Amino acid sequence: MTATVATTAALALGDDALVLSHRLGEWAGHAPVLEEEVALANIALDLLGQARVLLSMVGDEDELAYLREERAFTNLQLVEQPNGDFAHTIARQLYFSTYQHLLYAALAGGEGEFAPLAAKAVNEVAYHRDHAEQWTLRLGDGTDVGHERMRRACEALWRFTGEMFQPVAGLDVDWAGLEAAWLESVGDVLERATLTLPEGPRVTAWSAGAGRQGVHTEPFGRMLAEMQHLHRSHPGASW
Amino acid sequence: MATAAAHLTTGTPAHDAPDGAEGTDGNQRAFDAAVAADERIEPRDWMPDAYRATLVRQIAQHAHSEIIGMQPEANWITRAPSLRRKAILMAKVQDEAGHGLYLYSAAETLGTSREELLDKLHTGRQKYSSIFNYPTLTWADVGAIGWLVDGAAITNQVPLCRCSYGPYARAMVRICKEESFHQRQGYELLLALSRGTPEQHAMAQDAVNRWWWPSLMMFGPPDDASQHSAQSMAWKIKRHSNDELRQRFVDICVPQAESLGLTLPDPDLKWNEERGHHDFGAIDWTEFQAVLKGNGPCNEQRLTQRRRAHDEGAWVREAAAAHAAKHSGRTGATDSAGTGATGTAGTTDTADAAGRTGAKQA
Repeated sequence: MTATVATTAALALGDDALVLSHRLGEWAGHAPVLEEEVALANIALDLLGQARVLLSMVGDEDELAYLREERAFTNLQLVEQPNGDFAHTIARQLYFSTYQHLLYAALAGGEGEFAPLAAKAVNEVAYHRDHAEQWTLRLGDGTDVGHERMRRACEALWRFTGEMFQPVAGLDVDWAGLEAAWLESVGDVLERATLTLPEGPRVTAWSAGAGRQGVHTEPFGRMLAEMQHLHRSHPGASW
Repeated sequence: MATAAAHLTTGTPAHDAPDGAEGTDGNQRAFDAAVAADERIEPRDWMPDAYRATLVRQIAQHAHSEIIGMQPEANWITRAPSLRRKAILMAKVQDEAGHGLYLYSAAETLGTSREELLDKLHTGRQKYSSIFNYPTLTWADVGAIGWLVDGAAITNQVPLCRCSYGPYARAMVRICKEESFHQRQGYELLLALSRGTPEQHAMAQDAVNRWWWPSLMMFGPPDDASQHSAQSMAWKIKRHSNDELRQRFVDICVPQAESLGLTLPDPDLKWNEERGHHDFGAIDWTEFQAVLKGNGPCNEQRLTQRRRAHDEGAWVREAAAAHAAKHSGRTGATDSAGTGATGTAGTTDTADAAGRTGAKQA
């Protein structure tokens, strides 16, 4: 694998999709209503499909997914965060799908090599974003318990959101514009959900762009251990 | 239901009429005639109380099996050894949730509710298929479930596409299509293992050894011990006896096992020229009864996880219901937690409408 800007970008986007898909897959059999079993699996499958296309642009999808170690993954720290309760999962989805939708819409409108992929994926991501928004509204503006849980989840994940707007080499995007649009959109959804944008820093001293550089949070290694164990136990086998 | 019983549906829904009223004999005769003529009974048609109760029990148990059946397979989603296999497995588990939804809807046409049925599952008053009380110990178990468990389910369920109750029969048409797809994928997974490294082959054989007999038990007790069979066959809910379907399944599996390069763990299994079927060994009905009574390897675990998902999700459903009530405007009382909480693609429009209402008010 040669580290061209295109592979850097494909890996960054592919790893985001791969890791978030894995986290959503952990919900199977645990969702609060049957419709969410279907919806969360649906989103996980869309993301896995995107990951497979992106990783295949770089090399063998399974080698990249199963044989890289923690320090070689370049996903955002946000997507590797554990599912937590349903509110944490939804807050993570709201933050990420809003970002991904804005990013893919920008890429789809450009002429870069990610345009065809983004053009296809942007429709899927629009649905993910809608799903996250609708649940943010229900949880935030439903019961007191829901409101409090949604508020806490939005706060807990806030410090991982700044990393999304660290420019990725090979993606020709107006990152500042993306960040402004993201803040406006998330702010609007939270307001409609009777919540407010958290006030803490969106980039902490150690998390600025760290995931993109292969520096991750502690739960990530454990996630990879589970994900890669079987594949690594049978070197060279095909499945 | 068409011609022979069409007169049943005149006026109010017939099942509101008290059973044992003067019209019942006529209703019963028309019902019998419709069943005899292979017509479909529909939700608004008159039907015997016992027919309704049997269907509720069977469809609910079928729905519960889809939901509990997600667990043994979901157990491997995070460990699937390739991205392709992971996608297939996720899609399959998603399909099972979808099947559960169709089946709860079919059961609801008989005058019950999903909530009530789930409550009966959670309190152990309704059962699910005993097969899902076995653990998935290796990746090959995912293949064995696809090939054998889905294979047995299809053998059982294809005849249900002609079941006398319309909503159930129609649900089964959709479900059987997806199930046969899953079954082929399971077979193909096992084939890849069987032709893989010696370790992979051994993994496949071990899984088949553990899943073969429980799969045969999926057809239920032998005909002479099956309490509901005769009535269900008379009502054309069932079309074939347990033993008949079990034999059909064995006859299908033997050549498939050969082409997989795997053996079935039964020394008494052999072709019987006279019968034109395979003879096979005795099933351990003691084990079957123990699993049914709740003492299988995973009964406790499966029910505990299901209850936990439901209990931990209570606040989510309550929030959705409260939100729907606040923003009901146009949708009114129909927007209960059940519909308000949906997030699937098909129902996004409803949710979207609710969200936009919220925006205008804000």
